Amino acid sequence: MLSVEHVSKVYETRGGPYKVFDDVSFTLQRGKNLGILGRNGAGKSTMIRLISGAEQPTTGSIRRGMRVSWPLAFGGAFQANLTGLDNLKFVCRVYGVDYKPLVPFVEDFTELGAFFREPVFHYSHGMMTRLAFALSMAIEFDCFLIDEAMIVGDVRFHERCNYELFVKRKDRAFIFVSHDANAIRKHCENAVVLHESRLHSFPDVDSAYAFYLGTMAPKPQTNQRQGM
Amino acid sequence: MAATSELSFFKGFTIQLRVLHALMMRELITRFGRDNLGVLWLVGEPMIFTLGVTTLWSAAGLSHGGKGIPIVAFAVTGYSSVLMWRNATSHCIGGIEQNRPLLFHRSVRVIDVLLTRIALEIIGATSSFIVLASFFIFLGWMPVPVNLLTVLAGWFMLAWFGASLALLIGAATAFSHLVHRLWHPTAYLLFPMSGAAFMVEWLPKKLQEVVLFLPMVHGIELLRNGYFGDVVRPHYDIGYMAECCSALTLCGLYLVRKAGRSVEF
Repeated sequence: MLSVEHVSKVYETRGGPYKVFDDVSFTLQRGKNLGILGRNGAGKSTMIRLISGAEQPTTGSIRRGMRVSWPLAFGGAFQANLTGLDNLKFVCRVYGVDYKPLVPFVEDFTELGAFFREPVFHYSHGMMTRLAFALSMAIEFDCFLIDEAMIVGDVRFHERCNYELFVKRKDRAFIFVSHDANAIRKHCENAVVLHESRLHSFPDVDSAYAFYLGTMAPKPQTNQRQGM
Repeated sequence: MAATSELSFFKGFTIQLRVLHALMMRELITRFGRDNLGVLWLVGEPMIFTLGVTTLWSAAGLSHGGKGIPIVAFAVTGYSSVLMWRNATSHCIGGIEQNRPLLFHRSVRVIDVLLTRIALEIIGATSSFIVLASFFIFLGWMPVPVNLLTVLAGWFMLAWFGASLALLIGAATAFSHLVHRLWHPTAYLLFPMSGAAFMVEWLPKKLQEVVLFLPMVHGIELLRNGYFGDVVRPHYDIGYMAECCSALTLCGLYLVRKAGRSVEF
Protein backbone atom coordinates (compact mmCIF):
# COMPACT_ATOMS: atom_id res chain seq x y z
CA MET A 1 0.00 0.00 0.00
CA LEU A 2 1.09 3.54 -0.73
CA SER A 3 0.17 6.09 1.89
CA VAL A 4 0.61 9.82 1.89
CA GLU A 5 0.26 11.12 5.43
CA HIS A 6 -0.29 14.78 6.34
CA VAL A 7 2.05 15.99 3.65
CA SER A 8 2.82 19.66 3.21
CA LYS A 9 5.24 21.17 0.73
CA VAL A 10 6.58 24.67 0.93
CA TYR A 11 8.92 26.25 -1.61
CA GLU A 12 11.11 29.18 -0.76
CA THR A 13 10.67 31.98 -3.26
CA ARG A 14 12.01 35.50 -3.43
CA GLY A 15 8.61 36.71 -2.34
CA GLY A 16 8.62 34.48 0.75
CA PRO A 17 7.49 30.90 1.34
CA TYR A 18 4.93 29.48 -1.06
CA LYS A 19 2.81 26.58 0.15
CA VAL A 20 1.87 24.10 -2.57
CA PHE A 21 0.00 21.67 -0.30
CA ASP A 22 -1.18 21.75 3.22
CA ASP A 23 -1.87 18.55 5.18
CA VAL A 24 -2.64 16.24 2.26
CA SER A 25 -3.39 12.57 3.02
CA PHE A 26 -4.55 9.62 0.95
CA THR A 27 -3.77 5.95 0.39
CA LEU A 28 -3.61 3.70 -2.62
CA GLN A 29 -3.95 -0.09 -2.46
CA ARG A 30 -2.09 -2.50 -4.71
CA GLY A 31 -3.80 -2.89 -8.08
CA LYS A 32 -5.97 0.20 -7.57
CA ASN A 33 -5.70 3.53 -9.30
CA LEU A 34 -6.30 7.16 -8.62
CA GLY A 35 -6.71 10.19 -10.84
CA ILE A 36 -5.57 13.59 -9.62
CA LEU A 37 -7.30 16.53 -11.26
CA GLY A 38 -6.23 20.12 -10.89
CA ARG A 39 -5.87 23.33 -12.80
CA ASN A 40 -2.56 24.51 -14.19
CA GLY A 41 -0.31 25.31 -11.26
CA ALA A 42 -2.37 23.39 -8.70
CA GLY A 43 0.67 21.26 -7.83
CA LYS A 44 -0.11 18.02 -9.68
CA SER A 45 3.43 17.47 -10.92
CA THR A 46 4.85 18.42 -7.54
CA MET A 47 2.64 15.74 -5.99
CA ILE A 48 4.01 13.17 -8.45
CA ARG A 49 7.60 14.14 -7.60
CA LEU A 50 6.90 13.82 -3.88
CA ILE A 51 5.28 10.41 -4.27
CA SER A 52 8.16 9.20 -6.41
CA GLY A 53 10.64 10.33 -3.79
CA ALA A 54 12.47 12.69 -6.12
CA GLU A 55 11.68 15.47 -3.69
CA GLN A 56 11.03 15.34 0.04
CA PRO A 57 7.87 16.72 1.68
CA THR A 58 8.37 19.68 4.02
CA THR A 59 6.33 17.94 6.71
CA GLY A 60 4.47 14.64 6.84
CA SER A 61 5.59 11.34 5.36
CA ILE A 62 5.07 9.09 2.38
CA ARG A 63 5.19 5.32 2.88
CA ARG A 64 5.79 3.12 -0.09
CA GLY A 65 4.80 -0.46 0.62
CA MET A 66 5.25 -1.35 -3.06
CA ARG A 67 7.66 -0.59 -5.86
CA VAL A 68 6.75 2.88 -7.06
CA SER A 69 8.03 4.07 -10.44
CA TRP A 70 9.79 7.34 -11.15
CA PRO A 71 7.57 9.94 -12.86
CA LEU A 72 6.80 8.22 -16.14
CA ALA A 73 8.46 9.24 -19.36
CA PHE A 74 10.77 11.64 -17.58
CA GLY A 75 13.53 12.35 -20.08
CA GLY A 76 15.53 14.96 -18.24
CA ALA A 77 18.07 12.40 -17.06
CA PHE A 78 19.39 11.89 -20.57
CA GLN A 79 22.96 13.00 -20.99
CA ALA A 80 23.51 14.39 -24.47
CA ASN A 81 26.61 12.37 -25.30
CA LEU A 82 25.22 9.07 -24.05
CA THR A 83 23.40 6.79 -26.47
CA GLY A 84 19.89 5.45 -26.04
CA LEU A 85 21.46 2.11 -25.11
CA ASP A 86 23.70 3.77 -22.49
CA ASN A 87 20.63 5.30 -20.92
CA LEU A 88 18.89 1.92 -20.81
CA LYS A 89 21.98 0.42 -19.15
CA PHE A 90 22.10 3.21 -16.58
CA VAL A 91 18.47 2.80 -15.56
CA CYS A 92 18.86 -0.98 -15.39
CA ARG A 93 21.94 -0.73 -13.20
CA VAL A 94 20.20 1.66 -10.81
CA TYR A 95 17.23 -0.68 -10.46
CA GLY A 96 19.29 -3.88 -10.41
CA VAL A 97 17.95 -5.42 -13.63
CA ASP A 98 19.86 -7.13 -16.44
CA TYR A 99 19.57 -4.86 -19.47
CA LYS A 100 20.17 -7.41 -22.25
CA PRO A 101 16.73 -9.06 -22.33
CA LEU A 102 15.15 -5.60 -22.47
CA VAL A 103 16.97 -4.37 -25.57
CA PRO A 104 14.48 -5.89 -28.08
CA PHE A 105 11.48 -4.34 -26.34
CA VAL A 106 13.07 -0.89 -26.14
CA GLU A 107 14.29 -1.03 -29.75
CA ASP A 108 10.89 -2.12 -30.92
CA PHE A 109 8.91 0.41 -28.92
CA THR A 110 11.12 3.42 -29.64
CA GLU A 111 11.50 2.62 -33.36
CA LEU A 112 14.85 4.37 -33.16
CA GLY A 113 16.63 1.97 -35.49
CA ALA A 114 20.34 2.77 -35.77
CA PHE A 115 19.82 5.86 -33.61
CA PHE A 116 19.41 3.64 -30.54
CA ARG A 117 23.21 3.41 -30.55
CA GLU A 118 23.77 7.09 -31.35
CA PRO A 119 24.25 9.92 -28.81
CA VAL A 120 20.99 11.38 -27.60
CA PHE A 121 21.86 14.87 -28.88
CA HIS A 122 21.04 13.62 -32.39
CA TYR A 123 17.49 12.79 -31.29
CA SER A 124 14.36 14.73 -32.12
CA HIS A 125 11.94 15.61 -29.37
CA GLY A 126 9.67 12.75 -30.39
CA MET A 127 12.51 10.23 -30.32
CA MET A 128 13.45 11.42 -26.85
CA THR A 129 9.90 11.02 -25.56
CA ARG A 130 9.61 7.51 -27.01
CA LEU A 131 12.90 6.50 -25.40
CA ALA A 132 11.88 7.99 -22.06
CA PHE A 133 8.58 6.13 -22.11
CA ALA A 134 10.17 2.84 -23.16
CA LEU A 135 12.71 3.06 -20.30
CA SER A 136 9.87 3.61 -17.85
CA MET A 137 8.23 0.44 -19.17
CA ALA A 138 11.46 -1.56 -19.14
CA ILE A 139 11.58 -1.70 -15.34
CA GLU A 140 8.68 -3.46 -13.66
CA PHE A 141 6.89 -1.57 -10.89
CA ASP A 142 3.82 -2.21 -8.75
CA CYS A 143 2.70 1.37 -9.07
CA PHE A 144 3.22 3.79 -11.95
CA LEU A 145 3.20 7.55 -11.62
CA ILE A 146 1.82 9.11 -14.77
CA ASP A 147 1.94 12.81 -15.49
CA GLU A 148 -0.05 13.18 -18.68
CA ALA A 149 1.72 16.42 -19.58
CA MET A 150 4.96 14.46 -20.04
CA ILE A 151 3.56 12.03 -22.58
CA VAL A 152 3.35 14.20 -25.64
CA GLY A 153 3.21 12.59 -29.05
CA ASP A 154 1.07 11.72 -32.03
CA VAL A 155 -2.08 9.62 -31.90
CA ARG A 156 -0.24 6.41 -32.66
CA PHE A 157 2.27 7.01 -29.86
CA HIS A 158 -0.59 7.65 -27.44
CA GLU A 159 -2.30 4.44 -28.47
CA ARG A 160 0.88 2.46 -27.92
CA CYS A 161 1.45 4.09 -24.54
CA ASN A 162 -2.12 3.34 -23.51
CA TYR A 163 -1.72 -0.26 -24.60
CA GLU A 164 1.50 -0.70 -22.60
CA LEU A 165 0.07 0.94 -19.51
CA PHE A 166 -3.62 0.23 -19.33
CA VAL A 167 -3.86 -3.09 -21.18
CA LYS A 168 -0.58 -4.96 -20.59
CA ARG A 169 -0.19 -3.62 -17.05
CA LYS A 170 -3.83 -3.34 -16.03
CA ASP A 171 -3.15 -5.34 -12.83
CA ARG A 172 -0.82 -2.62 -11.53
CA ALA A 173 -1.63 0.39 -9.41
CA PHE A 174 -1.21 3.81 -10.90
CA ILE A 175 -1.64 7.47 -10.12
CA PHE A 176 -2.67 9.51 -13.11
CA VAL A 177 -2.32 13.25 -13.07
CA SER A 178 -4.00 15.43 -15.64
CA HIS A 179 -5.95 18.61 -16.21
CA ASP A 180 -7.92 16.74 -18.84
CA ALA A 181 -10.96 15.38 -17.04
CA ASN A 182 -11.88 13.08 -19.93
CA ALA A 183 -8.58 11.21 -19.68
CA ILE A 184 -9.11 10.74 -15.95
CA ARG A 185 -12.68 9.47 -16.50
CA LYS A 186 -11.47 7.06 -19.12
CA HIS A 187 -8.72 5.43 -17.07
CA CYS A 188 -9.40 5.92 -13.36
CA GLU A 189 -11.73 4.28 -10.83
CA ASN A 190 -11.31 7.10 -8.32
CA ALA A 191 -10.38 10.73 -8.52
CA VAL A 192 -9.36 13.55 -6.24
CA VAL A 193 -8.96 17.25 -6.98
CA LEU A 194 -6.04 19.44 -5.97
CA HIS A 195 -7.26 22.95 -5.42
CA GLU A 196 -5.76 25.85 -3.48
CA SER A 197 -3.24 23.67 -1.65
CA ARG A 198 -5.87 21.19 -0.45
CA LEU A 199 -6.75 17.72 -1.68
CA HIS A 200 -10.48 17.11 -2.09
CA SER A 201 -11.74 13.51 -2.09
CA PHE A 202 -14.94 12.25 -3.68
CA PRO A 203 -16.93 9.01 -3.69
CA ASP A 204 -16.77 8.74 -7.47
CA VAL A 205 -15.09 10.24 -10.50
CA ASP A 206 -18.18 12.11 -11.63
CA SER A 207 -18.54 14.15 -8.45
CA ALA A 208 -14.80 14.91 -8.56
CA TYR A 209 -15.29 16.07 -12.11
CA ALA A 210 -18.22 18.28 -11.12
CA PHE A 211 -16.14 19.90 -8.36
CA TYR A 212 -13.24 20.36 -10.75
CA LEU A 213 -15.46 22.18 -13.23
CA GLY A 214 -16.50 24.46 -10.37
CA THR A 215 -12.88 25.35 -9.65
CA MET A 216 -12.48 26.41 -13.25
CA ALA A 217 -15.23 29.02 -13.02
CA PRO A 218 -13.71 32.49 -13.11
CA LYS A 219 -13.51 34.06 -9.68
CA PRO A 220 -12.75 37.76 -9.47
CA GLN A 221 -9.59 38.90 -7.65
CA THR A 222 -8.31 35.41 -7.03
CA ASN A 223 -4.68 34.89 -7.74
CA GLN A 224 -3.82 31.31 -6.93
CA ARG A 225 -0.09 32.06 -6.79
CA GLN A 226 -0.65 34.10 -3.67
CA GLY A 227 -0.81 31.08 -1.42
CA MET A 228 -0.21 31.03 2.34
CA MET B 1 12.62 9.03 4.66
CA ALA B 2 9.95 6.71 5.95
CA ALA B 3 10.44 4.31 3.08
CA THR B 4 14.14 3.94 3.81
CA SER B 5 13.55 3.05 7.44
CA GLU B 6 11.60 0.01 6.29
CA LEU B 7 14.64 -1.31 4.46
CA SER B 8 17.21 -3.40 6.22
CA PHE B 9 20.74 -2.07 6.39
CA PHE B 10 21.99 -4.83 4.10
CA LYS B 11 19.39 -4.12 1.44
CA GLY B 12 20.13 -0.42 1.61
CA PHE B 13 23.81 -1.17 1.24
CA THR B 14 23.33 -3.32 -1.88
CA ILE B 15 21.14 -0.65 -3.45
CA GLN B 16 23.79 1.97 -2.76
CA LEU B 17 26.54 -0.15 -4.32
CA ARG B 18 24.31 -0.68 -7.36
CA VAL B 19 23.72 3.04 -7.70
CA LEU B 20 27.42 3.87 -7.26
CA HIS B 21 28.31 1.37 -9.98
CA ALA B 22 25.70 2.83 -12.34
CA LEU B 23 26.87 6.38 -11.69
CA MET B 24 30.51 5.46 -12.14
CA MET B 25 29.96 3.80 -15.51
CA ARG B 26 27.90 6.76 -16.63
CA GLU B 27 30.41 9.31 -15.39
CA LEU B 28 33.27 7.57 -17.19
CA ILE B 29 31.48 7.67 -20.53
CA THR B 30 30.17 11.22 -20.19
CA ARG B 31 33.54 12.57 -19.14
CA PHE B 32 35.92 10.67 -21.34
CA GLY B 33 33.76 9.36 -24.14
CA ARG B 34 34.61 6.41 -26.30
CA ASP B 35 37.03 8.15 -28.67
CA ASN B 36 40.81 7.80 -28.57
CA LEU B 37 42.09 6.77 -25.12
CA GLY B 38 38.64 6.87 -23.53
CA VAL B 39 38.65 5.86 -19.91
CA LEU B 40 42.46 5.84 -19.78
CA TRP B 41 42.26 9.64 -19.59
CA LEU B 42 41.20 9.17 -15.99
CA VAL B 43 44.86 8.33 -15.36
CA GLY B 44 46.30 10.28 -18.30
CA GLU B 45 45.00 13.68 -17.27
CA PRO B 46 46.65 13.81 -13.82
CA MET B 47 49.79 12.25 -15.35
CA ILE B 48 50.15 15.11 -17.82
CA PHE B 49 49.81 17.63 -14.99
CA THR B 50 52.42 15.91 -12.85
CA LEU B 51 54.78 15.42 -15.80
CA GLY B 52 54.46 19.08 -16.75
CA VAL B 53 55.22 20.27 -13.24
CA THR B 54 58.12 17.82 -12.95
CA THR B 55 59.60 19.12 -16.20
CA LEU B 56 59.16 22.76 -15.16
CA TRP B 57 60.76 22.26 -11.79
CA SER B 58 63.64 20.29 -13.26
CA ALA B 59 64.22 22.87 -16.00
CA ALA B 60 64.05 25.77 -13.55
CA GLY B 61 66.79 23.97 -11.68
CA LEU B 62 64.95 24.13 -8.38
CA SER B 63 67.80 22.32 -6.74
CA HIS B 64 66.92 20.45 -3.64
CA GLY B 65 69.83 18.22 -4.54
CA GLY B 66 71.96 19.67 -1.79
CA LYS B 67 69.27 18.65 0.64
CA GLY B 68 69.44 15.06 -0.48
CA ILE B 69 66.19 14.75 -2.48
CA PRO B 70 66.24 14.26 -6.25
CA ILE B 71 64.03 16.82 -7.98
CA VAL B 72 62.00 14.33 -10.03
CA ALA B 73 61.00 12.33 -6.96
CA PHE B 74 60.27 15.55 -5.12
CA ALA B 75 57.95 16.82 -7.86
CA VAL B 76 56.15 13.52 -8.38
CA THR B 77 55.41 13.00 -4.68
CA GLY B 78 54.47 16.66 -4.21
CA TYR B 79 52.23 17.22 -7.18
CA SER B 80 50.46 13.87 -6.93
CA SER B 81 49.53 14.81 -3.38
CA VAL B 82 48.05 18.09 -4.54
CA LEU B 83 45.92 16.26 -7.09
CA MET B 84 44.44 14.16 -4.28
CA TRP B 85 42.72 17.03 -2.54
CA ARG B 86 42.34 19.48 -5.40
CA ASN B 87 40.80 17.32 -8.13
CA ALA B 88 38.24 15.57 -5.95
CA THR B 89 36.96 18.90 -4.69
CA SER B 90 37.00 20.62 -8.08
CA HIS B 91 34.92 17.81 -9.55
CA CYS B 92 32.46 17.70 -6.65
CA ILE B 93 31.73 21.38 -7.25
CA GLY B 94 28.98 21.23 -9.83
CA GLY B 95 28.47 17.55 -9.08
CA ILE B 96 25.00 18.07 -7.69
CA GLU B 97 24.00 20.55 -10.39
CA GLN B 98 25.21 18.41 -13.29
CA ASN B 99 23.58 15.27 -11.93
CA ARG B 100 20.38 16.87 -10.72
CA PRO B 101 18.13 15.08 -13.26
CA LEU B 102 19.43 11.72 -12.01
CA LEU B 103 18.12 12.49 -8.54
CA PHE B 104 14.69 11.90 -10.07
CA HIS B 105 15.40 8.25 -9.36
CA ARG B 106 14.57 7.72 -5.71
CA SER B 107 17.60 5.56 -4.96
CA VAL B 108 20.08 8.05 -6.44
CA ARG B 109 21.05 10.44 -3.67
CA VAL B 110 23.31 13.46 -3.36
CA ILE B 111 25.83 11.37 -1.40
CA ASP B 112 26.06 8.85 -4.30
CA VAL B 113 26.75 11.57 -6.83
CA LEU B 114 29.55 13.03 -4.70
CA LEU B 115 31.06 9.67 -3.67
CA THR B 116 31.24 8.64 -7.33
CA ARG B 117 33.27 11.68 -8.29
CA ILE B 118 35.51 11.42 -5.23
CA ALA B 119 36.21 7.75 -5.94
CA LEU B 120 37.04 8.41 -9.59
CA GLU B 121 39.42 11.25 -8.76
CA ILE B 122 41.21 9.26 -6.07
CA ILE B 123 41.52 6.27 -8.37
CA GLY B 124 42.87 8.52 -11.13
CA ALA B 125 45.40 10.35 -8.96
CA THR B 126 46.56 7.14 -7.30
CA SER B 127 47.04 5.29 -10.59
CA SER B 128 48.87 8.26 -12.07
CA PHE B 129 51.22 8.33 -9.08
CA ILE B 130 51.90 4.59 -9.30
CA VAL B 131 52.50 4.66 -13.07
CA LEU B 132 54.78 7.70 -12.96
CA ALA B 133 56.75 6.52 -9.93
CA SER B 134 57.25 3.06 -11.47
CA PHE B 135 58.35 4.59 -14.75
CA PHE B 136 60.90 6.94 -13.16
CA ILE B 137 62.18 4.23 -10.84
CA PHE B 138 62.67 2.04 -13.91
CA LEU B 139 64.63 4.87 -15.59
CA GLY B 140 66.64 5.35 -12.44
CA TRP B 141 65.52 8.99 -12.01
CA MET B 142 63.72 8.26 -8.80
CA PRO B 143 64.71 6.11 -5.82
CA VAL B 144 62.66 3.20 -4.52
CA PRO B 145 60.58 4.19 -1.45
CA VAL B 146 62.39 3.57 1.82
CA ASN B 147 59.31 2.55 3.74
CA LEU B 148 56.33 1.62 1.60
CA LEU B 149 53.93 1.31 4.54
CA THR B 150 54.57 4.89 5.64
CA VAL B 151 54.03 6.05 2.06
CA LEU B 152 50.70 4.22 2.02
CA ALA B 153 49.73 5.74 5.36
CA GLY B 154 50.51 9.24 4.05
CA TRP B 155 48.57 8.51 0.88
CA PHE B 156 45.60 7.23 2.85
CA MET B 157 45.55 10.37 5.00
CA LEU B 158 45.70 12.57 1.89
CA ALA B 159 42.85 10.56 0.34
CA TRP B 160 40.77 11.00 3.49
CA PHE B 161 41.49 14.72 3.53
CA GLY B 162 40.61 15.05 -0.16
CA ALA B 163 37.41 13.04 0.21
CA SER B 164 36.17 14.92 3.28
CA LEU B 165 36.98 18.32 1.79
CA ALA B 166 35.27 17.37 -1.48
CA LEU B 167 32.18 16.14 0.37
CA LEU B 168 31.89 19.37 2.34
CA ILE B 169 32.55 21.77 -0.54
CA GLY B 170 30.47 19.72 -2.99
CA ALA B 171 27.45 19.70 -0.66
CA ALA B 172 27.92 23.38 0.17
CA THR B 173 27.39 24.31 -3.49
CA ALA B 174 23.73 23.32 -3.01
CA PHE B 175 23.31 26.28 -0.67
CA SER B 176 25.39 29.06 -2.15
CA HIS B 177 26.94 29.93 -5.48
CA LEU B 178 29.66 31.73 -3.55
CA VAL B 179 31.31 28.37 -2.91
CA HIS B 180 31.83 28.01 -6.63
CA ARG B 181 33.36 31.46 -6.97
CA LEU B 182 35.63 31.14 -3.97
CA TRP B 183 36.95 27.62 -4.46
CA HIS B 184 39.17 28.27 -7.48
CA PRO B 185 41.13 31.20 -6.00
CA THR B 186 41.38 29.33 -2.70
CA ALA B 187 42.75 26.21 -4.37
CA TYR B 188 45.18 28.34 -6.36
CA LEU B 189 46.46 30.07 -3.24
CA LEU B 190 46.61 26.89 -1.19
CA PHE B 191 48.81 25.11 -3.70
CA PRO B 192 52.09 26.92 -2.86
CA MET B 193 51.39 26.50 0.87
CA SER B 194 50.33 22.85 0.70
CA GLY B 195 53.79 21.40 1.12
CA ALA B 196 54.08 20.21 -2.47
CA ALA B 197 57.01 22.48 -3.27
CA PHE B 198 58.88 22.46 0.05
CA MET B 199 59.67 20.45 3.13
CA VAL B 200 58.58 22.16 6.35
CA GLU B 201 62.13 21.80 7.69
CA TRP B 202 63.44 24.22 5.02
CA LEU B 203 61.14 27.05 6.13
CA PRO B 204 61.86 29.67 8.80
CA LYS B 205 60.45 28.74 12.22
CA LYS B 206 57.66 31.34 12.10
CA LEU B 207 56.45 30.18 8.72
CA GLN B 208 56.57 26.52 9.81
CA GLU B 209 53.99 27.21 12.49
CA VAL B 210 51.63 28.86 10.01
CA VAL B 211 51.98 26.20 7.34
CA LEU B 212 51.40 23.38 9.82
CA PHE B 213 47.84 24.63 10.36
CA LEU B 214 47.05 23.18 6.94
CA PRO B 215 46.12 19.50 7.33
CA MET B 216 47.46 18.36 3.94
CA VAL B 217 50.98 19.52 4.84
CA HIS B 218 51.10 16.79 7.50
CA GLY B 219 50.05 14.17 4.95
CA ILE B 220 52.74 15.12 2.45
CA GLU B 221 55.40 15.23 5.18
CA LEU B 222 54.42 11.72 6.27
CA LEU B 223 54.41 10.47 2.69
CA ARG B 224 57.83 11.97 1.92
CA ASN B 225 59.21 10.68 5.19
CA GLY B 226 58.18 7.21 4.03
CA TYR B 227 59.56 7.77 0.55
CA PHE B 228 62.94 9.37 1.34
CA GLY B 229 63.57 8.11 4.87
CA ASP B 230 65.48 10.32 7.27
CA VAL B 231 67.21 12.45 4.63
CA VAL B 232 65.04 15.34 5.79
CA ARG B 233 63.64 15.80 9.28
CA PRO B 234 59.83 15.52 8.86
CA HIS B 235 57.27 17.67 10.66
CA TYR B 236 53.90 16.05 11.04
CA ASP B 237 51.18 15.41 13.55
CA ILE B 238 48.86 12.75 12.18
CA GLY B 239 46.57 13.10 15.19
CA TYR B 240 45.98 16.72 14.24
CA MET B 241 45.37 15.80 10.60
CA ALA B 242 42.91 13.06 11.62
CA GLU B 243 41.03 15.54 13.81
CA CYS B 244 40.72 17.98 10.91
CA CYS B 245 39.57 15.22 8.55
CA SER B 246 37.01 13.94 11.07
CA ALA B 247 35.59 17.42 11.50
CA LEU B 248 35.42 17.93 7.74
CA THR B 249 33.77 14.52 7.27
CA LEU B 250 31.10 15.19 9.89
CA CYS B 251 30.29 18.66 8.57
CA GLY B 252 30.31 17.27 5.03
CA LEU B 253 27.87 14.45 5.88
CA TYR B 254 25.60 16.91 7.66
CA LEU B 255 25.51 19.23 4.66
CA VAL B 256 24.98 16.30 2.26
CA ARG B 257 21.94 15.25 4.26
CA LYS B 258 20.58 18.78 4.23
CA ALA B 259 21.28 19.15 0.52
CA GLY B 260 19.48 15.88 -0.19
CA ARG B 261 16.35 17.10 1.53
CA SER B 262 16.32 20.38 -0.29
CA VAL B 263 16.63 18.97 -3.81
CA GLU B 264 14.07 20.63 -6.07
CA PHE B 265 13.30 20.33 -9.76
